[in-house]
Amino acid sequence: MNFEFSSEQVQLREVVRKMLEGKEALKKARAILEGKESYDKDLWSSLVEMGLTATTIPEEYEGLGLGHLELCVVAEELGRSLAPTPFSSSVYLATEALILLGSEKQKQEYLPKLARGEIIGTFAHTESMTSPTPNNINCTHTDGKLNGTKIVVADGDIADFVIVSAKDSSDIGLYILNLKESNTLIETQDTLDPSRSHASITFSQSNCESLGDSKEGWINIENILNRAAVLFAFEQLGGAEACMNMAKEYSLERFAFGRPIGSFQAIKHKIADMFVSVELARSNCYFGAWALSTNANELPTAAATSRVSASDAFYTCSKENIQTHGGMGFTWEFDCHLFYKRCRQLAANIGSQSIWKDKLISSLERANKL
Amino acid sequence: MDFNDTTDEAKFRKQAYTWLSKNALLKENSKDSWRPSSEEQGLEEAKIWGAKLYDEGWACLHWPKEYGGRDATPIERVIWGQEVSKFKVPGGYFEIGQGMAGPVMMMYATEDQKKRYLPPLAKAEEVWCQLFSEPASGSDLAGLKTKCEKDGEDWIINGQKIWTSGAHYSDFGILVTRSDPTVAKHKGLTYFFLDMKSPGIEIRPIKQISGGANFNEVYFTDVRIPDTQRLGAVGDGWKVSLTTLMNERLAVGDASGPDFKEAFTLARGQDLNGKLAINNDAVREKLADWYCQASGLKYAKYRNISALSRGETPGPQSSITKIVSGNKLQEIANFGMDLMDTAGILKSDEKDADQSMYQFGFYGAAGIRIAGGTDEILKNIISEQVLGMPQDMRADKGIPFNEIPTSNK
Repeated sequence: MNFEFSSEQVQLREVVRKMLEGKEALKKARAILEGKESYDKDLWSSLVEMGLTATTIPEEYEGLGLGHLELCVVAEELGRSLAPTPFSSSVYLATEALILLGSEKQKQEYLPKLARGEIIGTFAHTESMTSPTPNNINCTHTDGKLNGTKIVVADGDIADFVIVSAKDSSDIGLYILNLKESNTLIETQDTLDPSRSHASITFSQSNCESLGDSKEGWINIENILNRAAVLFAFEQLGGAEACMNMAKEYSLERFAFGRPIGSFQAIKHKIADMFVSVELARSNCYFGAWALSTNANELPTAAATSRVSASDAFYTCSKENIQTHGGMGFTWEFDCHLFYKRCRQLAANIGSQSIWKDKLISSLERANKL
Repeated sequence: MDFNDTTDEAKFRKQAYTWLSKNALLKENSKDSWRPSSEEQGLEEAKIWGAKLYDEGWACLHWPKEYGGRDATPIERVIWGQEVSKFKVPGGYFEIGQGMAGPVMMMYATEDQKKRYLPPLAKAEEVWCQLFSEPASGSDLAGLKTKCEKDGEDWIINGQKIWTSGAHYSDFGILVTRSDPTVAKHKGLTYFFLDMKSPGIEIRPIKQISGGANFNEVYFTDVRIPDTQRLGAVGDGWKVSLTTLMNERLAVGDASGPDFKEAFTLARGQDLNGKLAINNDAVREKLADWYCQASGLKYAKYRNISALSRGETPGPQSSITKIVSGNKLQEIANFGMDLMDTAGILKSDEKDADQSMYQFGFYGAAGIRIAGGTDEILKNIISEQVLGMPQDMRADKGIPFNEIPTSNK
């Protein structure tokens, strides 16, 4: 049994953590949240310089050709520090989709630039206040032209290219387009978590190319989301653990009734509950990491399990972290709200908790046919 | 990352499986288990099985060879546990002796005593029980009152113990008592082992909420124990108890009863309001939660095993097992009966029936959440021992035991 990260992967985790701490990523998340910039360019350059955007890109496209386990430990640290960069959109979604579905020409065109961090990509799927299904996608594709509007596209205002789900006569397909060259209207959208920028993108006869088999579009979308779910789950895990540690540290310093509040069972049990949620999430995230890195048949189940478990842990830990801090936790000045806001953003970005719970049970039904 | 054995582990697993398949029957499904017709018959079969294990080198794997074990590594012990769980074999009679009394005897008994008591324990010839909890000291174990007084070369014991599994068929017991009530509570305890057939011991079964009686009350009236059967110094009983309790926590594993798999199967075959329950969104949400909990525990265990396989000490993840599995069992049992609607309340006695499985789980879970450390005590342990948080303020700290406020004064 070797159900642990290797010492090299643990080492990578340490290096990334040290860099993010050294750059004070959390302060940068606050600066992005409060300021006008969409992301922290300095932090993004550091991630690029460390080669992290090239992690899973094959060497033939100038990548490092490493596996997904490396990406998982990086994701955990990005989540822990709330690093305000487009890493998740560009790497977990756009890069992974291109590696998975891109034609040779598309890979040649995009992957080396993605590896070098010269371009940023994202994925646009949501169109309304409901979860996307094959029946409610209204963006359309006809003869290499895209029409319609996508909303809350993470990093949509800074991306160089976008991968879009759209309807073509009856099938849902995936399309890729260069945002710098095609006719689109991009408008920044305010969200609950301004430390991550979002935008709406309106396509009007915008030039695009097919990505992958357009008949298999919905299957491809599910596959992209499953793979990204594992990586996002690691971000959520890192965030959850950071909240648990913040709550614990504060409870040891804060005195009330003549003693540290961390000596009250009401607080100790709350933090023990956080610990339970984090350990369950961590174990499930490892299941996801294993399935992602080996492309196992269990991937749909493992992805949903890690996603549901990590969303749950981050929610528990981020809300109870505020509660442990009392009134101070509700202030803008303390960092608790940065995690609470990121928790909500991550819990919604690739579909809600209810949707993923349903996906989990559906995948178990498929895997255990009656 | 993989789930594969190392070469040595694979070799050991094959050896264990081969031996087991020659000597025991494979379980036909996850619900299949060894079910004796009575407690007496069960004990007899457990002794025969235990002797077979001992004779062929599969008893108490991690014990030293000289006391009946095979000096196995922690990972070999885990592998044996995984393989043996695939077979219908007796269990439930020797866990306390081999898992808790044995290790404490190994640490504190004389060499002669170890030679006398450990091999018969490994061989499943003699049954041991644990006499710790009292009616007024459960979670606060160190508040126990059973008295021991020195009389020449003997100690005289008076008092009452409770929740003693198997006391009525045990040959020996481990016992913690109060030797000095005038010092702080943790300092006045002394630990013994004793012959359960000693004069002055009276054992009464306790009827549980399930109607069954797996536990006993044990009364001590002027019971004599030779000083040679004291384990650890006079007044050091708490330290010795901690050794035992540490082993208890390792011994208490998953709660047994219906789990995700059973609830999932039930929901796929059972109607709810005119359609299959599995198609009800509320049911699907609950199932997803239980799957995540069951999966989290499974992979936490795998993380433990991986650490053992690397020769490292496992992380603190195993401390969540009992809290999560006890509560999950209670929720699943309640759900299973609820799915059977009004008729779910009908008492079922058939051991194979689904209904009976949920009813047993419903009662059992209420006990599991208390046994071997309540949910609340386990959360204290997580916050204090895993996360390094301070102890709660104690009203009895530093006060002589006989001056501590109790319900009676």
